[in-house]
Amino acid sequence: MTATPPSGPAPRAAQAPHAHPYIPNSAPEVKRAMLEAIGAAGVEDFYADIPEELRLRRPLDLPAPLRSEAQLVRHVGGLLARNTSTREVLSFLGAGCYPHHVPAVVDEVVNRSEFLTAYAGEPYEDHGRFQAMWEYQSLMAELLAAEVVNVPVYDGFQAAGTALRMAGRCTGRARVLAVSDTGPDKLSKVVDYLRPEHQLVTVPVRADGRADLDAVRAELAAGDVAAVWAEAPGYAGLVDEGLPELGELAHAAGALYVVGCNPASLGVLAPPSSYGADIACGDIQPLGIHMSYGGGNAGFVATQDDERLVAEFPTRLFGLVPTAVEGEYGFGDVAFERTSFAVREEGKEWVGTAAALHGIAAGVYLSLMGPHGMRELGETVLARTAYAKQRLADVPGVAIPHADAVHFADFPVRFTGSRTAGEVNAALRERGIFGGAVRTDRDPREALYCVTETHTADDIDLLADTLKEIAQ
Amino acid sequence: MSAPKPATEPTREEARIAPKPPLRRFHQARWDEQLIFELGTPGERGISVPAPEPEVREAVGDPAAALPAALRRSTPPALPELGQQQVLRHYLRLSQENLGADLNIDVGQGTCTMKYSPKVNDTFTRDPRVAALHPLQDASTVQGVLEILHRLEGLLKEISGMDRVSLQPAAGSSAIWTNVAMIRAYFAARGEAEERDEVITTSFSHPSNAACAKTAGYRVITLPPDADGYPDIEALRAAAGPRTAALLITNPEDTGIYNPRIAEFVRIVHEAGGLCAYDQANANGILGITRAREAGFDLCHFNLHKTFSTPHACGGPAAGACGVTEALAPYLPSPTVEFDGTDYRLEADRAESIGSVRPFYGVIPNLVRAYAWIMSLGAEGLRETAEIAVLNNNYLLAKVSAIHGVSVPYAQGRPRLEQVRYSWERLHDDTGVHSEEIGLRAADFGTHYWTSHHPYLVPEPMTLEPTESYSRADLDEYAAILTEVAREAYEDTGTVRTAPHRSTVHRTKEDTLESPATWAVTWRAYRRKILGESV
Repeated sequence: MTATPPSGPAPRAAQAPHAHPYIPNSAPEVKRAMLEAIGAAGVEDFYADIPEELRLRRPLDLPAPLRSEAQLVRHVGGLLARNTSTREVLSFLGAGCYPHHVPAVVDEVVNRSEFLTAYAGEPYEDHGRFQAMWEYQSLMAELLAAEVVNVPVYDGFQAAGTALRMAGRCTGRARVLAVSDTGPDKLSKVVDYLRPEHQLVTVPVRADGRADLDAVRAELAAGDVAAVWAEAPGYAGLVDEGLPELGELAHAAGALYVVGCNPASLGVLAPPSSYGADIACGDIQPLGIHMSYGGGNAGFVATQDDERLVAEFPTRLFGLVPTAVEGEYGFGDVAFERTSFAVREEGKEWVGTAAALHGIAAGVYLSLMGPHGMRELGETVLARTAYAKQRLADVPGVAIPHADAVHFADFPVRFTGSRTAGEVNAALRERGIFGGAVRTDRDPREALYCVTETHTADDIDLLADTLKEIAQ
Repeated sequence: MSAPKPATEPTREEARIAPKPPLRRFHQARWDEQLIFELGTPGERGISVPAPEPEVREAVGDPAAALPAALRRSTPPALPELGQQQVLRHYLRLSQENLGADLNIDVGQGTCTMKYSPKVNDTFTRDPRVAALHPLQDASTVQGVLEILHRLEGLLKEISGMDRVSLQPAAGSSAIWTNVAMIRAYFAARGEAEERDEVITTSFSHPSNAACAKTAGYRVITLPPDADGYPDIEALRAAAGPRTAALLITNPEDTGIYNPRIAEFVRIVHEAGGLCAYDQANANGILGITRAREAGFDLCHFNLHKTFSTPHACGGPAAGACGVTEALAPYLPSPTVEFDGTDYRLEADRAESIGSVRPFYGVIPNLVRAYAWIMSLGAEGLRETAEIAVLNNNYLLAKVSAIHGVSVPYAQGRPRLEQVRYSWERLHDDTGVHSEEIGLRAADFGTHYWTSHHPYLVPEPMTLEPTESYSRADLDEYAAILTEVAREAYEDTGTVRTAPHRSTVHRTKEDTLESPATWAVTWRAYRRKILGESV
């Protein structure tokens, strides 16, 4: 219930009685004095270079402002009241955005004004963010068993696109093989991102959900492949036993091996570098970043400290350096001349504002978790995923494709009864449960369900029991 | 317990506190903090993780055992082990060693539009009805956030004059990329993709315009500034032709000078059959004054973390918005948010769309903030934002121009809009002090500045953008700091050249960053390469 109907017009506001709180010099007397101080008749003087035909000689047609904070809170609160958050229901949605617990300390740190509102200062007045970001790179490097991790890119999609273009530049070859089950949106982004330089060839997975090694071998035969791109786990959560062999195939054909991975799994699953990946990439949203309706992403790209690979990173890489004072840590940009900041279009792809604060969040998260926390996280998610698969497999009208495989967080569910996955979801919603993400790209009877450490055995039992009522 | 009574009563004079000196005697926090890897002791824990219940363990055993050994982690990651408060303390110390825009008069980060990011808007993003929404929830359960996205698109359509706006791009450069991808798709649909393989931009437009175009496969032509600092229109005439896909241009450019012939630029490119994309990173001084539509642009983009107040977050998450005319609308990223008069929904079935440019629908927390910010101002407030930003800039221009050693290149006697690219060339010639060094000395007074993008077309550059957020007193203080540092440069050169002196750390030895043998991007690499440890 709100005074401001969310969909209706905002209330008429009275004429501005005083300076806007966000604009101190809008106080009429201040404005007058400033104009006088510089000998200007009015602000119109400053717009003299804008031709009349380009001037908008009417006010913008916008809703009346909500100048008081109280009004604004009420208005936005009214809109937010029309959302149902996953805290109010039991949600089994994952598929690229994961409901992990976000420790309170992570929120405390990233909401600090000094971090939240900083931008691009030097490594002196902004020493803190340089150190926090370098520590993020270093913590991720331990998790990934890599020596170089970048300042975050926008998201895991971008990370995959950049990792593959890096591989393309390194090898000078045209084709890239996508060999795992990759989500349709990620594939769409990567295809479009590579298009100017590379052809992305999708090698369909086998009926058992694993990469088709024979087909990959055949595609590699021509010797024109820049990279074999696998995902661990794939879009449907499957951990493919063939991952190490894919690396061998890639290397034998002179291609680089690029592996996308879920960093939350790496306390129990091997880091890609250990089974041959030249470049690892992925999204750090699972590491302490809120889902925010899909707004909480940041991507990483990681390699060993190989000069040829480092030279191909488009992003900033912070480095540790001595200062003029003994025992002081300084920071700066490694090999800055790679970047478009330094040399515009002669740089690698581009660099710009991306997702730095999420990197700091992930750094705080990994510091809190430590080696044991990451292992326990991985074990719990693996165990809960396996348990959910077992419980759901027992439900009449439900089948678990690729049930023999190991799944992490996501797993596929197929509804064999009278209802599609979407219809099952509608019935679940009435009972306070958000079912899995429907695979509209593939089969309306299939959905990806997801469990993490935030789901208890009781939650999973409740899902199974509820599906018994509706899935047939 | 009270102190023993003094023999004589203290005088009022003794109780009087002297007024503050004209410049603050700042010193930044200096915790001399270790690296996180040097902290903690094995066995300490920062947070507990739920363990699987006994019935779960019993039912599933160890699922990882089904994997080949090569896919199971054999050695735990060498992450630090700290108690929770120790982790918190470490990061709070680092935060104190960082100068956020909330704490300094941040007019020195020109082109970045450092404005106040209202605290109330942060409260919306922390609400679970934003933070704990999953992007694949049924539309019926997210009508509020979809309505915000739809309304924000409507506001930005009116502010830009464009027909549709996508809120999906992750940041400014991501929005530039999105525009270039749409341009490419537009010409591909017309069978002209091969022929139109050139993109034109300008020296004073953000480097990402050139870099995104190159990444998209275009040959890049960069128009240099003419003698007055405007992009050279003759160079444009020479460049535009059948190979032109698009012009990517900023106006005002990073000099703060508005190009009055912008409509002619657009006309020249249109006549050559190309499209025009307006990089509106510098929109803060022209909100409600002039729009992309009236200048004839086909596409534009805004940086919501600049003009529309969302926090800069150490370099993102940010948010971008791409506006297009009807002709380009089919190519917008998917999904779009549609409203049928009753319900809001996501529309992904769009055959000509360039597809996803990032996961899901955009950087939602920043879209919520931007919506709230615009709603707190309305049309009149946006115009006031622009006018005061421009007034502040011209006020600061008058003050800074009076500093010995500063000059203001180009377009002499013309006003500037929201920012100015200054030059310390004269001061450098006189004293040998570089612009970067003046910026570092400014840090000793609790602020800082940024020079310019590369290459430095303006020698010894300094770019100041005093947005509407700063009071007259703020601007006076900032100008006083620059005045003092310039005086020092002439009279006490050594102090400036060895700055900072009151910062967290001292001058770094940067040359190690350029050599593969000594650069150290991670603790793991530092230990192996510099300390000679086996890791």
